[in-house]
Amino acid sequence: MQHTRRKLLAGASALLAATALAAPGAVLAQGQPIKVGIGIAQTGPLGGGGKAALLGLQMWVDDVNAKGGLLGRKVQLIAYDDQSNPAVTPGIYTKLLDVDKVDLLVAPYGTNPTAPIMPLVKQRDLLLMGNFSFDANAKIQHDKWFNNAPWGAGAVAWGGTFLEAGKALGGKTIAFLAADAEFAQNLATGARAISKAMGLQTVYDQNYPPNTVDFSSMIRAVRNAKPDIVFVASYPGESAALVRAVNEIGVGSSVKLIGGGMVGLQFTPIMEPLGSMLNGFVNFHSWVPEKTMDFPGVADFLKRYQARAVQEKVDPLGFYLPPYNYAIGQMLEQAVTATKSLDHKMLADYIRKNEMKTIVGNIRYDAVGEWATPRLPMIQFQGVTDKNVDQFRGPGRQVIIAPAKLQTGNVQPFDKLRK
Amino acid sequence: MDLELLYEAIISGILLGCFYAAVSLGLSLAFGLLDVPHIAHPSFLVLGAFATYMLGLQGVDPLLAGLLMMPVFFVFGLAVYQFYYSTFEKRGTDTGLRGIAFFFGVAFIVEVGLIVAFGVDQRLVEAPYIGTSTRFGEMRIPNRMLVAFGVAVLITTVLTIYLAKTFTGRAIKAVAQDEGALRLMGADPVRIKRFAFAIATATCALAGALLIIVGPVDPGLGRLYIGRTFCVVVLAGLGSMSGTVVAGLILGIAESIVLASVGAAWAPAVAFGILLVVLGVRPAGLFGR
Repeated sequence: MQHTRRKLLAGASALLAATALAAPGAVLAQGQPIKVGIGIAQTGPLGGGGKAALLGLQMWVDDVNAKGGLLGRKVQLIAYDDQSNPAVTPGIYTKLLDVDKVDLLVAPYGTNPTAPIMPLVKQRDLLLMGNFSFDANAKIQHDKWFNNAPWGAGAVAWGGTFLEAGKALGGKTIAFLAADAEFAQNLATGARAISKAMGLQTVYDQNYPPNTVDFSSMIRAVRNAKPDIVFVASYPGESAALVRAVNEIGVGSSVKLIGGGMVGLQFTPIMEPLGSMLNGFVNFHSWVPEKTMDFPGVADFLKRYQARAVQEKVDPLGFYLPPYNYAIGQMLEQAVTATKSLDHKMLADYIRKNEMKTIVGNIRYDAVGEWATPRLPMIQFQGVTDKNVDQFRGPGRQVIIAPAKLQTGNVQPFDKLRK
Repeated sequence: MDLELLYEAIISGILLGCFYAAVSLGLSLAFGLLDVPHIAHPSFLVLGAFATYMLGLQGVDPLLAGLLMMPVFFVFGLAVYQFYYSTFEKRGTDTGLRGIAFFFGVAFIVEVGLIVAFGVDQRLVEAPYIGTSTRFGEMRIPNRMLVAFGVAVLITTVLTIYLAKTFTGRAIKAVAQDEGALRLMGADPVRIKRFAFAIATATCALAGALLIIVGPVDPGLGRLYIGRTFCVVVLAGLGSMSGTVVAGLILGIAESIVLASVGAAWAPAVAFGILLVVLGVRPAGLFGR
């Protein structure tokens, strides 16, 4: 009897103790913010884009908190600088998960820093919102990956539209010029395959080392090969150097179309000083102020972004990445609100099956977590003048030549726009 | 590769090589002659580039901006060396290792300071000689590279004459050879080294202007130039000004030819391969003693 009573007392004490410990914990969990973690370039070659992107994501956090948060809890953004260095991203995401205990993950900006964390998120079976990666999930095939990038899976939306524009201008031969790095190589490999399928003859094909200082020699070699189309896959500093080299050396009168995958020509600090040197280049973009891209909410977002951008010393126009990072937040918000959960499987199921409503348009995902219907504007710089940043705020300077759904103008031969 | 393309690649390489020499001359002085492990040299170049960018916003020509900033950088160099001397060199042991740590620290401070002040975006400047070219027969040469060529020749000539013909210049060379002997001659080696380091820093103002004239610059660009500038200085043979130009030319021409031929991606490997071969044959560098 004594024994039983002692047991009962001990059990009751343990229960009380557990309740006492658990209760404040439960209250605390209710009051704790929902943590969203990201490692994103704030320094290094991708830092310019990364800073602007982070401001876009932070603006979503501010907006959602102003509305009362998610599931009655505030949202907190935890961000680390990956220094544009893919080698550090696995460490950053391990810290986000194991030390910061984040609830939701957003991938770094770009393919190169994202690729190393794909095995980690697959192993732990986590939801990961991709951030302008290109085919980062093609090999891993993680079922909780959703990339917010308008090019979709494969290089068709990218190289395909560019090469079709080249063919429309009568192009029969092609030159490839690509940086020797993950993203540029993926892009060039896709474009090579499409070019071959289209029956274009390759007359020049070179990869160059990243951070090349002067492209004069390469542009001369391209000119010597007399291609009709020049497909370029480059990073910001090199893109600017290539545009200058083309202006200085001349790429030859045979070239009807040049560009395609030049990262950096979307960033205001690079576009503004290049000015009229940009005319004729055809390049991908994600958003430009053309009437076909006036999605609900995007104008208001950009107005508020541009007001903050000056203070934060980031891209003053912010067309390229910030709206898409805000949209990543909107997708998480929609999924969490609809499922009333932070369970990654439930969230992934919801995102896979439902249309996401964002300021960059409505999005549906395919089986590999890329946009089911790519919507990548291929733009051509037309009528750009020197020393005038305001010209890029309105339509007409970055004319959308493809895809047909977004088209606002016709592609012009490169030579014609240089005169 | 046809002959015309090869000829054009060599010309481009000469211009590129002069640019590499121009951005390495300050290091040749500081590291080559003074034995100061100046890892922060490329960061000082970037600082010079941003100073040029700032003056460019006020409408000042980039080259003129570089020249105008030289006295400011000279004073900055005096201050940096004085601090380095008082806190590291004067205390003797492990100077080299601790000096490297010191200059790494300086480099990071410069980089972070620039990020705080300007953000991380890449910056470009505008000038009539940027984005334009001069035609020599059938060949078009970028004017910005001609400017780099001219400035490299100018800095090298001035520094070579200064080191050979003036009392202070000869004292700088002497301090590199035998500090004790110089002291016995009544000269103050510390003062001489401080002065020489200030000259090296002043060249960073003009070379930094070249950096932003030739291409876009961001606060982290210095890291990429650590390898290039040290490669030029070591290949040249420590402390040789004319050797620095020759080493720059070798690397520039090699890079340019490889870029113009098949296998452009091998350009850095070829440049550093040349360094390894030269050091294997002549451990003191091309012009080292």
